[in-house]
Amino acid sequence: MKSDQSIDCMGLYCPMPIVRTMAKIKEMKTGEVLEVVADDKGIKLDMPAWAESTGNEYLGEEEEGDEIKVYVKKSHD
Amino acid sequence: MAEAEKEKLTIAILSGDLERALAAFMLATTGASMGMDVTMFFTFWGLNIIKKNEGTLKSTGLMRKMMNILNRGGSKRLALSKFHMFGMGTAMMKKFMKETHMPSIDEFISMSQEMGVKMIACTTTCGVMGLAAEPETFRPEVWNMSGAAYFLNEARQSKVTLFI
Repeated sequence: MKSDQSIDCMGLYCPMPIVRTMAKIKEMKTGEVLEVVADDKGIKLDMPAWAESTGNEYLGEEEEGDEIKVYVKKSHD
Repeated sequence: MAEAEKEKLTIAILSGDLERALAAFMLATTGASMGMDVTMFFTFWGLNIIKKNEGTLKSTGLMRKMMNILNRGGSKRLALSKFHMFGMGTAMMKKFMKETHMPSIDEFISMSQEMGVKMIACTTTCGVMGLAAEPETFRPEVWNMSGAAYFLNEARQSKVTLFI
């Protein structure tokens, strides 16, 4: 999936990927897509939940071996 | 998210056990990342988490001074509720935490402060725990001190209130 920004959260567990996602999203422009690369399986449920409660759009996930890539679109300022 | 429509998360921490302190900070930082206004209220043994690590703690009277030596507290001295094994179990868990890149309690405290989490020390239980209810007792990250009314007023307005 195409993204404007990417953060590497490999080796990190909850809550760090979510904390880093929020910090990154704050710097981004509305409409931009963030890719989060992680290997904590919890992110597959955590990221959609984070997107839902912050009002951002969850675009989906891609898996390559140990790598889980999740995509979120910044929907508002 | 406009400031006015922010949801609130209030966490009361009664325990000074390492794993409970970790759980509280994981939830606090996640809540702040989810755009929530987070307040942490430390009471009873939970005060141990936010006591300053260095120096002596001020208190009046021999018994209170003794209690503060036996129950020194501070983020670096927290122990697991189970599996502590004279420090071996706790040291092992801290090693595992490091290996999995999990922040230490110290890192969680400064991260929480940077994210706007308000940390409050309960003044009433300071008395019961033999502590001087003064800012110098606690780390500088602690935002303020209050009693039960402040906690309840926060909890009343909160979407989520947790007791740890």
